[in-house]
Amino acid sequence: MMIDCKNLRKVYVNGDVETVALKGVSFGVEKGDFVSIIGPSGSGKSTLMHILGALDVPTEGEYFLDGAEVSKLNDDQLSDLRRSKIGFVFQAFNLLPRATVLRNVMLPLLFTETTQEEREARAREALKYAGMEESKFHNLSNQLSGGQMQRVAIARSLINNPAILLADEPTGNLDTRTSEVVMEAFQQLHKKGHTIILITHEMEVAQYARRIISVRDGLIEKDVINKKYA
Amino acid sequence: MLKDLLKETIWSLTGNKVRSGLTILGIVIGIASVITMVSIGQGAQSSIAANIESIGSNLIIVRPGAQRSAGVSAGFGSAQTMTIEDANAIKSQAQSIKAVAPEISRRYQIAAKSNNTNTDVVGTIADYLIAHNVKIASGSFFTDQQQKSSAKVAVLGATAKEDLFGTDMDPIGQTIRIKNVDFEIIGVAEAKGGSGFNNPDDNIYVPLTAAQHYLSGSDIVSMISIAADSQEAMAAVQDQITNILLTRHGISDPTLADFSIMNQNDIIATASSITGTFTILLSSIAGISLLVGGIGIMNMMLTTVTERTREIGLRKAIGVRRIYINLQFLSEAVVLTFFGGFVGIVLGWIASLLVSKFAGITTLISPTSILLAFGVSAGVGIVFGFYPARRAAGLSPIEALRYE
Repeated sequence: MMIDCKNLRKVYVNGDVETVALKGVSFGVEKGDFVSIIGPSGSGKSTLMHILGALDVPTEGEYFLDGAEVSKLNDDQLSDLRRSKIGFVFQAFNLLPRATVLRNVMLPLLFTETTQEEREARAREALKYAGMEESKFHNLSNQLSGGQMQRVAIARSLINNPAILLADEPTGNLDTRTSEVVMEAFQQLHKKGHTIILITHEMEVAQYARRIISVRDGLIEKDVINKKYA
Repeated sequence: MLKDLLKETIWSLTGNKVRSGLTILGIVIGIASVITMVSIGQGAQSSIAANIESIGSNLIIVRPGAQRSAGVSAGFGSAQTMTIEDANAIKSQAQSIKAVAPEISRRYQIAAKSNNTNTDVVGTIADYLIAHNVKIASGSFFTDQQQKSSAKVAVLGATAKEDLFGTDMDPIGQTIRIKNVDFEIIGVAEAKGGSGFNNPDDNIYVPLTAAQHYLSGSDIVSMISIAADSQEAMAAVQDQITNILLTRHGISDPTLADFSIMNQNDIIATASSITGTFTILLSSIAGISLLVGGIGIMNMMLTTVTERTREIGLRKAIGVRRIYINLQFLSEAVVLTFFGGFVGIVLGWIASLLVSKFAGITTLISPTSILLAFGVSAGVGIVFGFYPARRAAGLSPIEALRYE
């Protein structure tokens, strides 16, 4: 079991107002699976994604990632965990605009015990793996198209050989055709054995996954295997 | 690790050259202006002090006071009451004095072979050299023998020599004509570096007796200079002189004295207080530029860090520890302020050298002003570069990424 969540609860306190975002969510994800988490805004799917991505810790409940308990870690330990086990792909790409493609991809290897040559070799490998043309490796990231940016972001998420890939609305800023291309890239990664969790509010996008979990009002509403894969 | 930190810093700073350049510019201007202004103020102070020192050391000057007839004052220095006898009395009665030099001085038109000039002719005695710190550059000062015989000899000040004979010619043995009397030149004094209306370098010295016989025709002196043994003795010496002169002139009420005594310390104190005010004025202008520079740096740093909150969020999200984010922003601020500071110091230095070269004002670069200027801008830069970054690094990565 790559991911194991037991009764996750998350309560945000803002002054006197308490907002319950997750009301007790339990599920597991096997290694090599491709899971979509789908739900309308306010359903708690973003909160769930933050907890799964070790960006936040649950108020209650337990979360095991690759055998390690995440819910009890401090800020630095969470940083270390994110660096070693999680690859993020964001809706807004979040690339450093004035940096080259290569530099963006190498960013997660900063302050780790790797040589410059090793970093660059791994970055090139990850970029090719994510389907990026070699001629663009030295372009600045703000000179790329949306689809290319998302490929760079995918390459960045892969560079540290993460246990899970976490994609938060990866097609939210892309047109339909580019979305298809990016989603096919995720399917390729799934075929190569990566564990992928995709957060989205569009059923079309969620359909690319093998398993679809629907979240509503802080609870799991449905958890089904995609018919295409059955 | 350290290599990564350095590379990230340099990349960040060179990645946005305009932003870095403007920040550095603020620091440079702040520091350079403080250093230049303070150096002008301090230079003025020290050059005035040096000018006063060149008059002589531990000097007390007695001048005739205002002459009063029926309550009407004829003005300072108009009294014809001080004589060579007064000087002799001071010399024989006062304690802890090194030299007493009476002088008769007046402005005359002086003619040499081909040039002429209008300057002060000072009739005095050998003690004048001690009291006023005059040194002879070539030839000699007049001897006691020449003094007794009212010899028609003269010693030229450095400027007077240049005016009359030019720079190259040796004037010794030549004659000059003062009030239709020929004087033979026997020596030239060393330049003292004075300037202005009462320039000691422009004087021509003749024996006191000669001045009496050929020029003034009386034994009224225009000034008596007294050199005390030491700085500490000056007050006591001044009191003794006052008493001696009051007794000799038969005046019982000191407020009605027909002479006035000035000592060098008074002159220095007055001058210092003037230049002190001047320095404060310049320093406050410099302080304001430092303040404005500081606010500029603060603005730049705050905007930069706010702009980069998302970047900080991203770095955190992909697993960079908080400490490395803090270190990176700290090192960016340090590099900016130190680089700007260095350039500012060099520029301020050059500016004050240029001021002294082209405006002819003495400048004095003070380490205190360098430290102060550098300290303030470095402090402002580092605090406002580091503190908001630290706060951003403390945010949860989600909040930082969402930051607009």
